[in-house]
Amino acid sequence: MFLWVIKRDLLLAMRRRSDVFTTLFFFVIVVSLFPLSVGPEMNMLRTMAPGVVWVAALLASMLSLGRMFSSDYLDGTLEQMLISPHSLSLLVLGKALAHWLVTGVPLVLMAPILGIQYDLPVEALFVLTISLLLGTPVLSLIGAIGAALTLGLRGGGVLVSLLVLPLYIPVLIFGSGAVEANMAELGYDAHLSLLGAFLLVSLVFAPWATAASLRVSME
Amino acid sequence: MAINWFKYSSPASFYSLSGKMVPIFMWLAVVLLIAGMYVGFFVAPTDFQQGEAYRIIFIHVPAAWMSMFLYLVMAFWAGIGLAFNTRLSSMLATAIAPTGAMFTFLALWTGALWGKPMWGTWWVWDARLTSELILLFLYIGFMSLQAAIDDPRRADKAGAILALVGVVNIPIIYFSVQWWNTLHQGASVSLNQAPAMATTMLTGMLIMVFASWMYSIAVILKRVRVIILERESHTAWVAELRKKEAAR
Amino acid sequence: MIWESWSEFFAMGGYGVYVWGSYIVTFACVIGEVLLISNRRRTLDKHYGLIHDSNKKETDNETTS
Repeated sequence: MFLWVIKRDLLLAMRRRSDVFTTLFFFVIVVSLFPLSVGPEMNMLRTMAPGVVWVAALLASMLSLGRMFSSDYLDGTLEQMLISPHSLSLLVLGKALAHWLVTGVPLVLMAPILGIQYDLPVEALFVLTISLLLGTPVLSLIGAIGAALTLGLRGGGVLVSLLVLPLYIPVLIFGSGAVEANMAELGYDAHLSLLGAFLLVSLVFAPWATAASLRVSME
Repeated sequence: MAINWFKYSSPASFYSLSGKMVPIFMWLAVVLLIAGMYVGFFVAPTDFQQGEAYRIIFIHVPAAWMSMFLYLVMAFWAGIGLAFNTRLSSMLATAIAPTGAMFTFLALWTGALWGKPMWGTWWVWDARLTSELILLFLYIGFMSLQAAIDDPRRADKAGAILALVGVVNIPIIYFSVQWWNTLHQGASVSLNQAPAMATTMLTGMLIMVFASWMYSIAVILKRVRVIILERESHTAWVAELRKKEAAR
Repeated sequence: MIWESWSEFFAMGGYGVYVWGSYIVTFACVIGEVLLISNRRRTLDKHYGLIHDSNKKETDNETTS
């Protein structure tokens, strides 16, 4: 059932490929805007790069949160899931993972290319990719809570960002912190292990909170 | 002597009880406020390091404490409302949020006005300041979510889940910001080495803390009474109440 | 007594802007909050009053007609 949800969501995403590309291009454009606004000075850009890429990734993965449950809500699939005998938390986990595969993974793959724009050294590019790989699933998992809470509300899209962005802050701090630590030639293991810890904690708790929110929203 | 506390968990009896309590707490707040301001401005001596600017702490510290404490109280009542499906506790949580947000704003505002003469800057990205700012965001998120939902029961429950997720996150956020701050030790400002305070300063501050407590209780009860009336407008006891008030 | 004169009290040793800026905004917020709640209550009462009046009128009409 868990795999079925992932497969189904991926299939739906493949049918609407333009959505995936919209998110990706949003990410690319936001990252490319910064040099234009602060100037092309390479030293400054290099120090800014981790933060810029991470903030852009945060915003990009938030863009598609509204769609995570809304289409299923509209066509009644979500209601079926609620009354199905399978664990709702597990189904939610599947949906969050599918969201990550569709929006998070392209961001992770794109990040090194954008890092080159900012003249990041090779090792920093590697750390950036790893930190995004660990961090973006957390964004999808926490975002699912916000998406479930605002399901079917007017102005839901803006509201989601208001609810979810403050909760993203720890991920942002340690994600960009890892890259900065690497560039300052300090160890970045601690940052990455903390990101891993966030991932584990959110894997356990976020689907549960999301399922509870869905029940509240669907009552 | 067994008082039936559950009696007061029904909105109707809570409404009449709180009606008697609001003026009491309001007066206590006013009296304590005057006492605290008197001690703060006329008894407490000038601080030899900070001059007169330190007198801001008489509102800054109570505001900062209330901002954090009220979030916990709000999450507590919201959680109770979610777990036991008690309407009144959820309404209390809803009533607490604006007051908590106001105290958070005041803590930031007075902090900035204290920081400018002391540190030469309105704002530093210190762990405490940053966490307080994020707390303000959490309050605003809670209030916007509840405002966006038309069905009050759904608003209660959705708000409760958000508040509880926030409570779990606050320690993580604080710890992250602390860590981040030690990495980026830009401004050499240390908040931790507070100089020993004169007893009168401490007394003044504590009186102001109690005043904020009394004020918060009074205002929250006042607000929850309005919320009760709004939500229970269709019930028989509200109709009864209206009739009584109209007859008067 | 700490203060020699009122003007000294208001000057706050040169920090008047900061000290009074804090206190004035605090009081504005506190009073504003109380007023907002009273206002919310009054709107609610007025709303009920209208319903009450219209009900009364309807019953009056019924009795007269």
